[in-house]
Amino acid sequence: MNGIQPPTIEYGQLSPLLLVFGAAIVGVLIEALAPRYLRKSLQMPVTLLGLVGAFALVLTVVMQGVPTKAAAEGAIAVDGPALFIWGVILVLAVISVLLINDDNEFVASAAAVPGTPEEEDAIAAGGAHTEIYPLALFAIGGMMLFASANDLLIMFVALEVMSLPLYLLCGLARRRRLLSQEASVKYFLLGAFSSAFFLYGMALVYGFAGTVSLAGISDALGAVGGQNTLLLIGAGMLGVGLLFKIGAAPFQAWKPDVYQGAPTPITALMASGTLVAAFGAVLRVFWVALGNLDWDWRPVMWGVAILTMVAGAVLAITQTDIKRMLAYSSIAHAGFLLTGVIATGAEAQNALSLKGILFYLVAYGITTVGAFAVVTMVRDAGGEAGHLSRWAGLGKRSPALAGVFAFFLLAFAGIPLTSGFFGKYAVFAAAVAGGAVPLVIVGVVSSAVAAFFYVRVIVLMFFSEPAPDGPTIAVPSVGTAGVVAIAAAATVVLGIYPEPVLRLAEDAASTLFIR
Amino acid sequence: MTTHYLVLSALLFAIGAVGVLVRRNAIVIFMCVELMLNACNLAFVTFARQHGNLDGQLIAFFVMVVAAAEVVVGLAIIVTIFRTRRSASVDDANLLKY
Repeated sequence: MNGIQPPTIEYGQLSPLLLVFGAAIVGVLIEALAPRYLRKSLQMPVTLLGLVGAFALVLTVVMQGVPTKAAAEGAIAVDGPALFIWGVILVLAVISVLLINDDNEFVASAAAVPGTPEEEDAIAAGGAHTEIYPLALFAIGGMMLFASANDLLIMFVALEVMSLPLYLLCGLARRRRLLSQEASVKYFLLGAFSSAFFLYGMALVYGFAGTVSLAGISDALGAVGGQNTLLLIGAGMLGVGLLFKIGAAPFQAWKPDVYQGAPTPITALMASGTLVAAFGAVLRVFWVALGNLDWDWRPVMWGVAILTMVAGAVLAITQTDIKRMLAYSSIAHAGFLLTGVIATGAEAQNALSLKGILFYLVAYGITTVGAFAVVTMVRDAGGEAGHLSRWAGLGKRSPALAGVFAFFLLAFAGIPLTSGFFGKYAVFAAAVAGGAVPLVIVGVVSSAVAAFFYVRVIVLMFFSEPAPDGPTIAVPSVGTAGVVAIAAAATVVLGIYPEPVLRLAEDAASTLFIR
Repeated sequence: MTTHYLVLSALLFAIGAVGVLVRRNAIVIFMCVELMLNACNLAFVTFARQHGNLDGQLIAFFVMVVAAAEVVVGLAIIVTIFRTRRSASVDDANLLKY
């Protein structure tokens, strides 16, 4: 026994993660053991309780004082930014789950081929797959782990735990199933391809440093000064895997297809939660592990950020589908966030950039879920009315809904008195302080371009005549109405009185990432 | 001596990556991705040997488990779309564009 030390695991710090994964496993057991008619009424409370409980546990950890040392033998860092991101992911997850709790969005039987008698039987039997709840919980747990991994191995496993359920969930739309299945295949093949790049990058960095812990890589970097082929290629390949997940150009091609084809509640979860988690991981890899290599990665990141902002904003103009347009807008927002990632420097500068990014993620995530919730409510005979022409005159037919949607679009555009304004301001101000002025100029110009297509939708909704056979506005379920209300309220409050959340982000950012 | 294994691993990875880009059958693309993951495993165990620590060998086990999980999810998705379209070619799935 001499020489073998049992590992110490800080269960208290990891409790939010454990609760989410535990709830997911309970969900799997319910699928296996409970009769079909009971499952939905069991799954929903388990999922919501798991998420709300995990949020309460995050608060408890914060109350007990933010840990200063990485948990689980240095594998998972439960530091200020990680706790903040956990909280954000859990809030976004709870409101996305309220959207997911809508049978009308998910397929009755994924195994039944579209257009066959089996599918008709499954629809006639009513209900929808209840496996979506545990799958969503696993994805949410993976997101949380991804943002707090302090070790490339944990990060890779978390990346897969987050992505695999999402690949499946993308293919489970109730209507337009061909589109949904196609989105699923595309997302899966491209996602697996990019994670193979991440893994090979990890192998090369391991070859360079002899360890995969982020702190260890940072130490090894200090020893050689960074001019090492293995390291540079490895860092580049890690970057490919991570930039794919945030949808930065030139790895953005999957985003519009997947966002359009996936069931809208799942799109809401991906567009908000995955982006938040992936930025957490990007920051950890590029700031903690490769922080001393910033002279090498910064020029590349400049190019990526500029390309992402411009491509997102310009391509969005040509879109005719509302979900595709929101996907391109999400690409542009990923570019704006990257300007904050680039603006590193002394510790105070890093804290400033981190604060901006964290606030931006909250503001953007909540508004996104709200916007997709509105999309689920505008329906045609064949499901959601995706084509923009169908949205013409919506403001005359349903002024309240169109008004809320217009407000979300203005928040995306970053108009003052919305949360988007302060988000953009915080990130761009940090980027200016960090010396990335040309980047901010590109960012502001692409925001202006982006504002054009947001306003075009608003004009279409309010100033054109509604088509005689226009879409109907579905009476929202309590959950959907609640999501729209919460998102609208959060967008207003963060736009008028952002002080508390900004201060929270500042506190979370002040400790920076622990090693 | 271990350099040969690294070269082999890089070659396998490149073959896999090229396969993903040029092949049209979803199953074959997926096999190429698996080849890339196995190339990573070879690199991990070789580097573990070079550094004289066990981290790389340990990681290889994790990668195998992840690859197995990926097969489960991936084949489910590919079989579903094959049953719908009677084709596993990625060129046929072209409804989502522009």
